[in-house]
Amino acid sequence: MTSPILTARSGLARRLYGPAGWLAILVAVLVAFLLFPVLNLAVAPESPFHISAYWVTLIGKIMCYAMVAIAMDLIWGYAGILSLGHGLFFALGGYAMGMYLMRQIGRDGQYQSDMPDFMVFLDWKEFPLAWWNSDQFWWCALLVVAVPGLLAYAFGFFAFRSRVKGVYFSIITQALTYAAMLLFFRNNTGFGGNNGFTDFKRILGTPITTPETRMVLFAVTAAVLIGTLLLARTIVTSKLGRILTAIRDAEQRVMFCGYNPVHYKLFIWVVSAMICGLAGALYVPQVGIINPGEMSPANSIEIAIWVAVGGRGTLVGAVLGAFLVNGGKSFLTQQFPEYWFYFLGLIFILSTLFLPNGVVGLVKSWRKK
Amino acid sequence: MRLILLLAIFFSTQAAALDRALVDKLGFGESDEKVVAINAIAASGDPRAAEVLGALAEGELQTSGKLVIIVKNDEAFDAASGDKLALPEEREDVVANNRLRGAVSAALAALKLLSPDRQQRLAALKELSDNAEGADVAMLGIVRRALAAETDPGVKPLLEQVAASLELKGGDREARIAALQRLAGSSSANAKTLLLSYIETEKDADLLAEARKSLRAVEGKRAWAERAGLAFTGISLGSILLLAALGLAITYGLMGVINMAHGELIMIGAYTTYAVQTLFRTKFGAAFDWYLLAALPAAFAVSAAVGMLLERLVIRWLYGRPLETLLATWGISLVLIQTVRTLFGAQNVQVENPAFMSGGVEVLSGVVLPYSRIVIVIFAAAVLAGMWLLLTRTRLGLFVRGVTQNRAMASCVGVPTHRVDTWAFGLGSGIAGLAGCALSQIGNVGPDLGQGYIVDSFMVVVLGGVGQLAGTVYAALGLGFANKLLESWQGAVIAKILVLVFIVIFIQKRPQGLFAVKGRMADA
Repeated sequence: MTSPILTARSGLARRLYGPAGWLAILVAVLVAFLLFPVLNLAVAPESPFHISAYWVTLIGKIMCYAMVAIAMDLIWGYAGILSLGHGLFFALGGYAMGMYLMRQIGRDGQYQSDMPDFMVFLDWKEFPLAWWNSDQFWWCALLVVAVPGLLAYAFGFFAFRSRVKGVYFSIITQALTYAAMLLFFRNNTGFGGNNGFTDFKRILGTPITTPETRMVLFAVTAAVLIGTLLLARTIVTSKLGRILTAIRDAEQRVMFCGYNPVHYKLFIWVVSAMICGLAGALYVPQVGIINPGEMSPANSIEIAIWVAVGGRGTLVGAVLGAFLVNGGKSFLTQQFPEYWFYFLGLIFILSTLFLPNGVVGLVKSWRKK
Repeated sequence: MRLILLLAIFFSTQAAALDRALVDKLGFGESDEKVVAINAIAASGDPRAAEVLGALAEGELQTSGKLVIIVKNDEAFDAASGDKLALPEEREDVVANNRLRGAVSAALAALKLLSPDRQQRLAALKELSDNAEGADVAMLGIVRRALAAETDPGVKPLLEQVAASLELKGGDREARIAALQRLAGSSSANAKTLLLSYIETEKDADLLAEARKSLRAVEGKRAWAERAGLAFTGISLGSILLLAALGLAITYGLMGVINMAHGELIMIGAYTTYAVQTLFRTKFGAAFDWYLLAALPAAFAVSAAVGMLLERLVIRWLYGRPLETLLATWGISLVLIQTVRTLFGAQNVQVENPAFMSGGVEVLSGVVLPYSRIVIVIFAAAVLAGMWLLLTRTRLGLFVRGVTQNRAMASCVGVPTHRVDTWAFGLGSGIAGLAGCALSQIGNVGPDLGQGYIVDSFMVVVLGGVGQLAGTVYAALGLGFANKLLESWQGAVIAKILVLVFIVIFIQKRPQGLFAVKGRMADA
């Protein structure tokens, strides 16, 4: 009980999590900012305690997915809107960051040109409009949240205003990400077509593949993940969050109480899309590639299952689900590649049939006994 | 004895008809002279012309001293007369370069125009109209003669076109005008290029005006042909979308079950067709062409069985929870895809068209309607009609509609609602299987087949309006047309994107689809 956060008597801190919750976050902070850097950088590779670059990248990647899962839980778990297009926002954030990383390659590409390789290949002489100012980090960082946010706002405004909901909404979000995928597959769209962006060399002037840079990216991702979790928790425990839950459970009653659900849904929808964009931007420099495959409808549906496995409407469950499913995925795709799809399919079926409240719900019901 | 004598005289007179001077030019002349000689020999229409020209093309034409001879299997013949000679010691090849070969093949093709065999005439015409150089003006005589003799309606238009192109090169002014007027009646791409190149070279104002007029006529006809072709591909795509979406119109439209594995039920139908085809090939090779007749019920039965099993095991427990149904059926689709991959391999499998479905009818020059597509349009209409009859005229259809409209009331009057659910889901799945059987005839069959149709078929059902068979039909045909129209204007990918964006916007305006049942619910 020495942590300053735990001793703080702020109302907000107490509203978000109880002592056990804060303790868990403290442990996560220690693991991410102390254990991982020390075991990865300071401990010799021969030592059994060494954490390899593979694990750093894997956990970093899953933390990005966990952010997406939190975003999904915000709208699905709390507002009852199932989006099958969240992969689109994730990919857009990734592409915004990717543009900056492509510009950072400079003249080190295969063609030694100021333009990215794929543009030289297409015989383009100048940057398309969308690439304006993309060599500035601040501009791309702005795009990372602004592009998904604006798209989500425009799409959500019309959809929620016309009271498109339930399965209809899910299906048109799926159509949206499918259309975007087709668009990005075209070479002429100006984002590298099939291959997307890859072969990054530098970020903010420093080489991107060194262990130190990797660890910094890992730490930043961990910090943003914890920040996202706290932000999401703040939203859902606020009055606004309670209205959202009310909309999920009985939208008409909320309307007849004098609230306009459109504003609330739109707010949480845009926040969710921006979190996805941020996650995508952190994902790309760690994984080293972004291509239109990220926008495929299948990817977006998978996001929903992370949340469903962990437990909807709990936030922590979303993070847990992302770690469980993606951890399982990287284990199974290496050990038994042909069984992964059976496994994933069964998770979808069994978790909806037998685990309506996910792992978190299961634990809660055990505790009650 | 007298007969032999007569024959000998006949042959010798015929053989002597080939002009020796021309043959000598063929043997000893310069390249230009040789081309002139080739055309002149062909134009003579002599029966031995083909033999001599063929010999030149085959490298059998040789010279010995002042004589041009044909050497075949170590036997020598005089090229001009065809008389057998002693094989001379000193011989030299007559070398045919590419230009000569081109001239020879055009000349031989022109000679074939007089052949009594229809296929040979058609092949010759194709050769002449595809040949970049075109037939030489010297062939005009032969072509005119062929035209006068030609009576076959399938050959005559082509021949007229070749004749016209020659008249434009070599005919006098009247002949040219007549040729131009005749070309105006054509709708082929060759006629268009012919006129275009003619306009570039012609100086005479009257002829030029005539040529322009003909070009406009040809282009007008071609535009119609293209529009007709576009309309057909639109209907064709629409019928494919309709087939893919009809099953969904029952499971989603009537029962309200979001079945993301619908595409995989289509895929199962296609693989069943493949299995039946393989069975026919190995067991009843003679009846191979009729495997489709066996594949149709098999595809329906297998997909329907899988669908009913799914309904019993999974979907039943999720009624009233559409989002969970969506996720569970997505899981089912993953399992089904992987199962098929394990059973049949990840590669596409070959499904062969039966003989009667390959080929097509050419309605206008350049517009071919493949039989397979025509059959699918008819098939989609038949499935639609069958489904309509089933829903409106049978007891099961009555039950399905009853359960859809008011489950509790239907149950009260003794309808076994659970069993009706299973049967209805099986019916929708079976129709997906039929769609798969049809799709196997026009596209690749692979484990991912269904994934490509799932977004499209949901779009069709959503656009048409839930619970509306007519809406599904209009939506499928409308989307098919829109897709193909946009495709001809902006390319396939942009067309697809535009259609999707249109649907997304449309749903916002009319969330109930095109043909919604009017109600007064606050939650429509």
